[in-house]
Amino acid sequence: MGQYLLSTYAVEGEVPGASQTPEEMKAFMERVIALEDEMEATGTFVFGGALHDPDASTVLRASEGDVVMTDGPFVEAKEHIAGFYIINADDLDAALAWGRKVVDAIQHPIEVRPFRATGRVQA
Amino acid sequence: MTRTVAARADATAVERVFREAYGQAVATLIRVFGDITLAEDAVQDAFVIASDRWRRDGIPPNPAGWIVTTARNRAIDDLRRSARGRELHEQLGAIATPSHGPGTEEQGEEGPVTDDRLRLIFTCCHPALRPENRVALTLRLLGGLSVDEVARSFLVSESAMAKRLVRAKYKIKAAKIPYRVPDEADLASRLGSVLSVLYLIYNTGLDGRERASLRSEAIRLARALVELMPDEPEAAGLLALMLLSESRAAARTAEGDLVLLRAQDRTRWDRSMIEEGQAIVRACVRRGRPSSYQLQAAIQAVHSDADSFEATDWPQIVALYDHLYSVMPTPVVALNRAIAVAEVEGPSAALMTLNAIAPDLDSYHLLHAARGTMLRRLGQRDAAQAAFERAAHLAAMDADRRFLAQQIEELADDGALMEHPPGQIDWTAKRNK
Repeated sequence: MGQYLLSTYAVEGEVPGASQTPEEMKAFMERVIALEDEMEATGTFVFGGALHDPDASTVLRASEGDVVMTDGPFVEAKEHIAGFYIINADDLDAALAWGRKVVDAIQHPIEVRPFRATGRVQA
Repeated sequence: MTRTVAARADATAVERVFREAYGQAVATLIRVFGDITLAEDAVQDAFVIASDRWRRDGIPPNPAGWIVTTARNRAIDDLRRSARGRELHEQLGAIATPSHGPGTEEQGEEGPVTDDRLRLIFTCCHPALRPENRVALTLRLLGGLSVDEVARSFLVSESAMAKRLVRAKYKIKAAKIPYRVPDEADLASRLGSVLSVLYLIYNTGLDGRERASLRSEAIRLARALVELMPDEPEAAGLLALMLLSESRAAARTAEGDLVLLRAQDRTRWDRSMIEEGQAIVRACVRRGRPSSYQLQAAIQAVHSDADSFEATDWPQIVALYDHLYSVMPTPVVALNRAIAVAEVEGPSAALMTLNAIAPDLDSYHLLHAARGTMLRRLGQRDAAQAAFERAAHLAAMDADRRFLAQQIEELADDGALMEHPPGQIDWTAKRNK
């Protein structure tokens, strides 16, 4: 059993193909809820959700014995993480099978990345 | 020589037998240890022992089994000695239980094919790995090629290839790419990648006598694939393509030099391989789902039908290349089609095509060799010489370089032949005398 991060990205603040109309938004939410229910029922779901825009981020940095904070995201880039799931999966094939379901639900590319075994995480 | 096992074996024989057994041994040890690098290191240790013991006592009747046993014992001893090893050894205890062991779950032992090498090839050819890494891993782990040999087949440096292999193995381990034959649902989509890897292994086996065992290895794995996937015509097509190519192995070289198709002694072609290959092609035609490997096999089947180069049904071959180019529009297909076109329409038409694709294949020695051949047939000796020299400069294999050097040498004799009309100079016929 391993744990995988399934992350999705917004480009310049926009999620391409994101829901525009209330009907689309409703259908999107239904797909996501159904997916999360299925993850929950199979013991796959660890945590996940959508993030606020990087404008809402604060960076903390150790500096001369103190911690300094700055406004904004860590990386100034066009792409920012927009949401993620952390899932349990036996191996990459199982994680990729869930990844396909996530892509079907959110209609957006995702990255599948394995967790390292450290602390509480058992890879 | 009536002894089945020599009492002593020389270093070359030991190396050859070891390489043949390498893929099976590594694949089995990966299943045992659940770790690729550990399996490779253990097999390398076993080789050091084998090169000493086999030379003294002779090669054992089951070399792969000997390597697996020796490598497993050595690896377990090493693991017990180190702290990290004890930790790993505990993990191995868990992996070894049937319900958790890699390759023993689901498809595992009940599956239609339980060959460890098949598990390993589906792992090496996993679509989450970039294509060049799939081929590199398969050649290294299943083909038993050295890192340097893999590097040369890719035209990259040894250190770059070593880094690439380390990264690919890291991903298999970190991301937990499974060690098993895929489920029925994924099997078809995973096949294309496996087939292209096998074909590259076969072609690597054509580069020099010391690699010939790669060809039988590729054919063996292709046979196992066909058995696993009897309804997949492309797997059958690849097997037929390899068999028809392999049927000419004995005629393809003479004293280490290459002999082109047109100059080959066709009585030395292996009839049983031709019959098997042609039977597969006929079955593929009946299925009516032609794609790239089946079409390439069909082209080879037409060559196999002809008693001589001149008697070949060239229009049929050009038609098959047209079909092939429609499903596989690559510069290499265009190159091979151009060579066939030369036999139907003459060297000018072929040269036009070759010049058009030259920018795409500038680093491919066969493009320049083909241009040299056409230019020579057109009587353009200086241009032909430049093309052959460029081909020789790019060719990686000694046999290719010797062949090309001979073409350049023969060009010097062409002056006397210039009285013949251009296009009538058949240098392969001259070679044949």
